[in-house]
Amino acid sequence: MPAKPETPASAAETMKSGAQIVVDTLIDLGVDTMFGYVGGVVLPLFDKLYDAPIRFIIPRHEQGGCHMADAYARASGKTGVILATSGPGACNLVTGLATAMMDSIPMVALTGQVRTDLIGNDAFQEADTTGITRPVTKYNSIVKDVRQLERTVREAFHIASTGRPGPVLVDLPVDVLVNKCPCNGKAELDLPGYRLRTKGHARQISMAAEAINKAEKPVLYVGGGVIIANAAEELRALAEKAHVPVTMTLLGLGSYDQRKPESLDMLGMHGSAYANYAVQESDLLIAVGARFDDRVTGKIPTFAPHAKIVHIDIDPASISKNVHVDIPVVGDAKHILTELTKEVEYRPREAWFQKIAEWKKKYPFRYDGKSANIKPQYIIEEVCRQTNNEAIIATGVGQHQMWSAQFYKFLRPRQFISSGGLGTMGFGLPAAIGAQIAKPDATVIDFDGDHSFNMTMTELATAVQHELPIKVCIFNNGYMGMVRQWQELFYGHRYSCSYLKNPNYAEVARALGAVGITVDKNADVPQAVAQMLAEKRPCVADFHVEPEENVWPMVPAGKSLSEMDGLTILESMA
Amino acid sequence: MKHIISALVENKPGVLAHVAGMFAARGFNIDSLVVGRTEDPKLSRMTIVVIGDDRIVEQVRKQLARIVPVVKVQDFMDKPVVARDLMLVTIAVPPEKRPELSTLIDMFRGHVVDISPKTLMVEVSGPETKMEAFLDVCKPYGIKGVARTGTIAMPRQGSGEE
Repeated sequence: MPAKPETPASAAETMKSGAQIVVDTLIDLGVDTMFGYVGGVVLPLFDKLYDAPIRFIIPRHEQGGCHMADAYARASGKTGVILATSGPGACNLVTGLATAMMDSIPMVALTGQVRTDLIGNDAFQEADTTGITRPVTKYNSIVKDVRQLERTVREAFHIASTGRPGPVLVDLPVDVLVNKCPCNGKAELDLPGYRLRTKGHARQISMAAEAINKAEKPVLYVGGGVIIANAAEELRALAEKAHVPVTMTLLGLGSYDQRKPESLDMLGMHGSAYANYAVQESDLLIAVGARFDDRVTGKIPTFAPHAKIVHIDIDPASISKNVHVDIPVVGDAKHILTELTKEVEYRPREAWFQKIAEWKKKYPFRYDGKSANIKPQYIIEEVCRQTNNEAIIATGVGQHQMWSAQFYKFLRPRQFISSGGLGTMGFGLPAAIGAQIAKPDATVIDFDGDHSFNMTMTELATAVQHELPIKVCIFNNGYMGMVRQWQELFYGHRYSCSYLKNPNYAEVARALGAVGITVDKNADVPQAVAQMLAEKRPCVADFHVEPEENVWPMVPAGKSLSEMDGLTILESMA
Repeated sequence: MKHIISALVENKPGVLAHVAGMFAARGFNIDSLVVGRTEDPKLSRMTIVVIGDDRIVEQVRKQLARIVPVVKVQDFMDKPVVARDLMLVTIAVPPEKRPELSTLIDMFRGHVVDISPKTLMVEVSGPETKMEAFLDVCKPYGIKGVARTGTIAMPRQGSGEE
């Protein structure tokens, strides 16, 4: 790297340029890590970042950077920050913003914009960034006056990280970054329309407690909101004191220790049979930080047909959006769960737990352990065993994501990092990078599909540059596995456009400066996993797996949760 | 069911786009939407007429309240309110029929605001049903053009609100 030239001495110390205001405000807000990509109109900002005590990670594509900032936020609980230039740079953030928006991830995106006097003129690298990103952000705005800059940046972080979190974008025209104004670093927020409800209504909480005390067959159904609210400990206290089984959504995984007897693991389309049966038979469903997504509920009119529904959520708009709620409690899950636990009483519920135990015994997650081909589920179990359930797992989207959710048993929040709502293929590798940067000492593994990996594998170069010891397990079956499964089941085995010829991933990894391993024999799996875990450099393990393996059980789209396909197949593997 | 929703919003660029975008993205239908300044220069009032069942309108209200620059949202359904539309209508009318038409205009408490050899432009305000009724009676003459504001509304004082 060439030597840094000295920063030119500034004549007017009290006046600050917009770029300086942005950087100083970021530092004041505690930002020590950012992700982003350079470009023409953001050069004033990058010049100030050159000397700033902020670790800057440059991805190979803005989408990758956006996922990194997202996963950094998911792994650390802090707000992720992504910076991109105008036009194409900003447009490349859209998928990443939408991913973060759907999963309520706190993130601030800063984008460059053309000079204010050129806006609307179709200038070079101009895009209507606030227009394009409005539906995929919690809030966005363009700063047209440098005097509004500090306040707007502070507001962005406040909005992103509070209430139901989400991505906030601030668009920064280059002249605003260059112009100067006095700045004392104490701008106050001005958000008359942004009010936060944190404490739950005491009477609603009492009603929920009463319902729990009366219930014979209750189920706690918890989502990512519990993790966002840092309320896993409060959830454990409630589940144990009231003695209620817990099922988790994909994004809720990690909020309850899956080794505990109350855990029903994941529910929904590819959830456990015991979770789905329990929900369908329950007389009380206590939803916490979950939003009754269609992948969870299946057919709405037959969802939890006998259950009264309690819904604890910070977003009033989530209440009764998809499913009618009997007892809504709006507020922060941590506070509400604490208050609720005070009012609930222990109930043995022997018959209920007995029934659940029978379902668990009859329908565990299974795969054919006698197959000659490597089963993806086996790799996940082996990784889980060798990492003592302690690794941070990132995933792409598809079959491998569902197997990861089924076969890796998580112990604590922020261990599972996956694109749930939007289902963004290509999320896994940049997510692993973002998570590793947030947690440098953790073992971070990307369980990835071959085609999810194809979408963002260029970011392997980023991992190599920053010497991140991430591990990528590719479940290489040549297919877009989940699409192929649907084509097999619902389109008469017509595998239209779901097969691609893949490169030799181990060679690609080596060419990019990472370690590459190819595994095609069952017997080699434990040794390959051990080697991968021992590597200090980024490592790609390309597992050639059973090409036409299916994810079971499966609730076909539009069916009730209890109408699961694949149960007899699973039983036959016992 | 027709609901009149009144939203106080920050008077900032992008707010209308945000509100309109939310309606489009979530598939809610807007019957009319009127934006205007209020007594506070920092705030505008949006009056939105939405057709939908209670569940949908409840979602509309909550999703509106969720938008950061939206300060306050009220549903005027079942509340005593004054609701008014303003309409300009250009009517084809030969000079000999003007007296006849001006009787009608008086009955609707309208005003003639422009006149040409073959047309009159009339301003009418009132509840939406009155606009419809006026258009019905003018139809036989020939309506050349209509411009309407959509509904604005304020709660009646003494109703316990505001």
